[in-house]
Order: sequence, then C-alpha cells, then structure tokens
Amino acid sequence: MHAVTLRVLRPGLHTTVQDLGRHGSQHLGVVPCGAMDAVAHRMANALVGNGADAAALECTVIGPELLFEQAALVALCGAAFEATIAGAALPQNRPVLLAAGARLRIGRTLRGARGYLAVTGGICVPAVLGSRSTYVPAAFGGLEGRALRAGDTLTLDAAAPALSAARFSRLENTRTAAGFASTAWQVSAMTLPRGDSISVRAMEGRHYAQFDAASRRAFFGESWRISQDSNRMGYRLAGPALVRRGAGDLLSEPTCLGTVQAPSDGSVIVLMADHQTTGGYPKIAEVAGADVPLLSQVAPGGMLRFERCSVEAAREALRRQHATIDTIVNSINLQYRS
Amino acid sequence: MAAARSGFSIFAIGDSAVLAEFGTSLDLDVNSRVQRLAQAVRAKDVPWIYDIVPALGSLALHFDPVRLPAGLDPVSAIEDLLQDCLRSGLRTPRGSVPSVEIPVCYDAEFGPDLAEAAGLLKLSVEAIVRRHVASVHRVLMMGFAPGQPYIGGLDAKLALPRRATPRTRVAAGSIAIANAQTAVYPFEISGGWNVIGRTPLRVFDVTREPAALFAPGMQVRFVAITRAEFERRCTR
Repeated sequence: MHAVTLRVLRPGLHTTVQDLGRHGSQHLGVVPCGAMDAVAHRMANALVGNGADAAALECTVIGPELLFEQAALVALCGAAFEATIAGAALPQNRPVLLAAGARLRIGRTLRGARGYLAVTGGICVPAVLGSRSTYVPAAFGGLEGRALRAGDTLTLDAAAPALSAARFSRLENTRTAAGFASTAWQVSAMTLPRGDSISVRAMEGRHYAQFDAASRRAFFGESWRISQDSNRMGYRLAGPALVRRGAGDLLSEPTCLGTVQAPSDGSVIVLMADHQTTGGYPKIAEVAGADVPLLSQVAPGGMLRFERCSVEAAREALRRQHATIDTIVNSINLQYRS
Repeated sequence: MAAARSGFSIFAIGDSAVLAEFGTSLDLDVNSRVQRLAQAVRAKDVPWIYDIVPALGSLALHFDPVRLPAGLDPVSAIEDLLQDCLRSGLRTPRGSVPSVEIPVCYDAEFGPDLAEAAGLLKLSVEAIVRRHVASVHRVLMMGFAPGQPYIGGLDAKLALPRRATPRTRVAAGSIAIANAQTAVYPFEISGGWNVIGRTPLRVFDVTREPAALFAPGMQVRFVAITRAEFERRCTR
C-alpha cells in the first residue's frame, strides 16, 4: 500500500514533532520535552478526533509550508497565524478537511508564539523512551531528533485519508470552501496572551527567603522582558537585579517545569519544556503549571509580571483548567461518536 | 516546609513536585541512601507519581495534581511513603557493586583545559592523568542531560572550581572535572567544568538497552588510552 505522507516544502523557523512529553525517565537525566503549550496541543488533537497522546507539529513564530498528498483532517490551535490554503485563510481552532494535494502555508504569527497542527491519526514517528517528542540537543525523538527541513517527508497513519473523511462527515454545521471544508463553530483559544504584558502566577521558590527584601519585592512587583536567547529549554528574563544574601553554593538538585532560577550572575531563567532535570542554581520561584501554556505563547521581547499565588491555589487553577478542557473535548467527542 | 522525623526535610516545589532533602552538603553515605530510597519508592509503583529523581542529597517526586486522589495532600502522602520505605529498610546491593571501565584519551586536543588545570593545581599534566586513573570513582547521580553522570571520588589534589566562563561547546564524550567530581558529557553541549579528556564510548544511546552507560552507585575506573586506541574504539 502507498504510504500516506505529508511533504515539507518550507520548514518554518523551528517546527518539531511533539506529544505530551517523555515522562518517567528523568532519573536518567532524560529531559521531559513535549508541547510547550500542552493546552493548545490537546485542543488540536481533540478537534481532529485524536487521543491526547497523538504527536502533532509545534510551529514556532513562523510556521511551515506543507503539501498534503492525500486528504487530511487537520486543526491548527495555539498562536494565531497568517495561514492560507490556495490563497484562502485557514480557519483556526476548528477541524478542517483538506483535499488531496492541498498546500497549507503557515506564515508568521499575528498573536502568540506557538501553534499546534494536529492531523487525524497523528504524526507517525517511532516512540523513543515512551514519547514521540523531539529533543534536538541530543538528537532523538520526533523526526530524526531534529526540527523539520525543506524536503522532509512525514508519515501519517495509513488509515488517515479514510478516517479523515469519515470523521468529518460526523461533524455538525460544516461549510465547504475552495479546496477545503470546515465547521461554522470553533473552540476558543484558551492560552493566547491578551494585551502587551501578561500576568503569570508563581509560588515562592524554596530559596526565595535567601534573596534580600528589595529583590523579593522586585520579583513580584516589577515587569520582566523575555530575552532573545530564550528557547524550549528556558526563558531568560531581563529585569531588576536580584541579590541573594550570603548563602553559598547549592548541591545540584531536581528542577521542574516552571522553576525560576536566579544564578549569581544576575540572570533569571524560567525552565520550560526541554528543561534540564537537575541544577544547582537558587530557585526564587515556581511558575504555576496552569500558566506555563500562556507563558509559552509569549515570544522574545514580550513582557510579563509574576503574581504571587499559593501552592493550593496553583493546583486548584490547574484542576479548573483541566475541567474546562475536558468539557470542550467531551463536546467535540460527542460529535465524533454520533 | 515540614521538619520530618527521620533525617529529611520535605516541601512542595511548585504545584506538581515534592522535594525531600537529606543533606545540604555532599556526603557519600547520604547520597547512597537517597539513591536506594529512590529505588524503593519506584518499586511501590504509586499511580499518581510519574517521575522519581534522586540527586546528590535530595529526591524529587513529580506528579500530576489533576490525578491526585481527592483530598490527598501530596506532601504528607509522600512523607508517609518515604517513611514507610525507610522503615522497611533500604536494600543494599547484593554481590559485587556494578562497575565500569571508561577508556579516556587525555591528549591535549581532547582535554583543552588540562594545561590550565596543571597550572592551577601545580601538578604536571602527567600527574593529573595518573591521579585521575588511580582512584576508584562512584556515580552519585544522573542529571542535567540524558545519561550524564555526576561521579564522585575525585582525588583531593585535583579539586578545581568551575571555569569562570563556561565553554559554549563541549564535545560529546568529554571528561570534565570540578568540585571534587567528574562529569562525562553525553552530547555536545555547553559546560563550565574543566575538560581533561574524552572517551570514545557512547554515553547515552536510545537504541541500546539500557540506553545509559552509567547508573547511580556504579563504580567507575578511568583508563588512559592512546589517540590511536581512541580512533579505533570510536563508534560515533
């Protein structure tokens, strides 16, 4: 049987295959990886009828141009992109049935930093240590452990063309346009930053009290700018100087997604999806898990403030966020099951 | 933070992890206990804990708060779990401790910091190599990057601080020393330790079982090899 494929005509700035991450191997130093904005990733998968663990493409700031050799049901969620099919705007945050031979051009972002393109059946790459997520520094996972390049061919599920048409036929309120069909309804973009500066909830880190009073005030009081040298491993922040009193070197210890490190050279780093598993820098704060997707939608140059919250409030925010997502995903699934 | 009953402090780090700290300075006995405790916790197979990460003197347990059983406080639940493991007694490895010999080429090209280290330590390059291969080292933890070991047991005469300016690129397989420890870099990454040599072995290979060459508790001996031997054994 002919393989079902997707061809990469233009790779975009940094497009990688990501699922929800490589968990359970951090004791080997294996970095968790996974979608930076796990909420948008989950939504894109749900819109095409996939399970939450299917692999999708993470597009960063400038998206790829892709040629679908067979019909495919896709959804683009997360950042708002200039995205077109044969000159017509691609509707985002909803299922879109592309005809065989469709060229999807994803250009620059209009708002947000990362988009997730899910395809029915998922992107088929081998699982490495239980995950399809790309980890570029060690060159494993995803497509050959690297970002997409022009000329790459991605394999899709062999059943994807038939499955795409069958799934789309079950959806309500569908509309047909030139070259594609979509729905009149859409889901809301839950993680897009509004305005010029975002507020990110954070808990005091375990070394918070070691910073002087002015630094503690500044951390939660002032604005921070995301520096150019920010990536999937960490966001470097420019802002007030933070001074830690006396306390000497720390033993290397485990770090988390959202840990805010403040080394003595004055830099401040928020650890993101590709974060190192351990580190020896003081932890001034921990970003609330519910706000990591929002933070991952801010590109370098963007501004943020930290809003103090308790561990209990952060867990409650995460539970509420999941309940909202579950409600939306269930209503989509109801259509697919009907 | 809660002061615990038997030698550790325990607290939440963020909303999705709990850290138990057994010591704030490097202690080989404490480290060995932390590593064995991690294995005991792993054997319990708690459904809501997905990553168990032992480090030099502390242990983190990562969990998904959404999957926490209703009403369960993760800090006290994990404290109870650790106490339970400690009460049952930690297993000491039976038989001989696993050990590994790591061939290292200490040529100047592979050890760009050797000459500077020799100056700082007031030792010859040959003396540094002699001391590095003479000691029996032990893997204290895995961390930072996939398969990267932190190895204790460095000869006290080789104790050096980190470099003031980290190197932006350190080659895969590089052997580097700092703070009484040796690290082996699995991939080309940036690093602030003093690079003294390179091994031809693959430190981490996802196509191999196990993927990691090193494991906590493993005894390590470094063996000096020639450049020709390095080239012959290089599989990269």
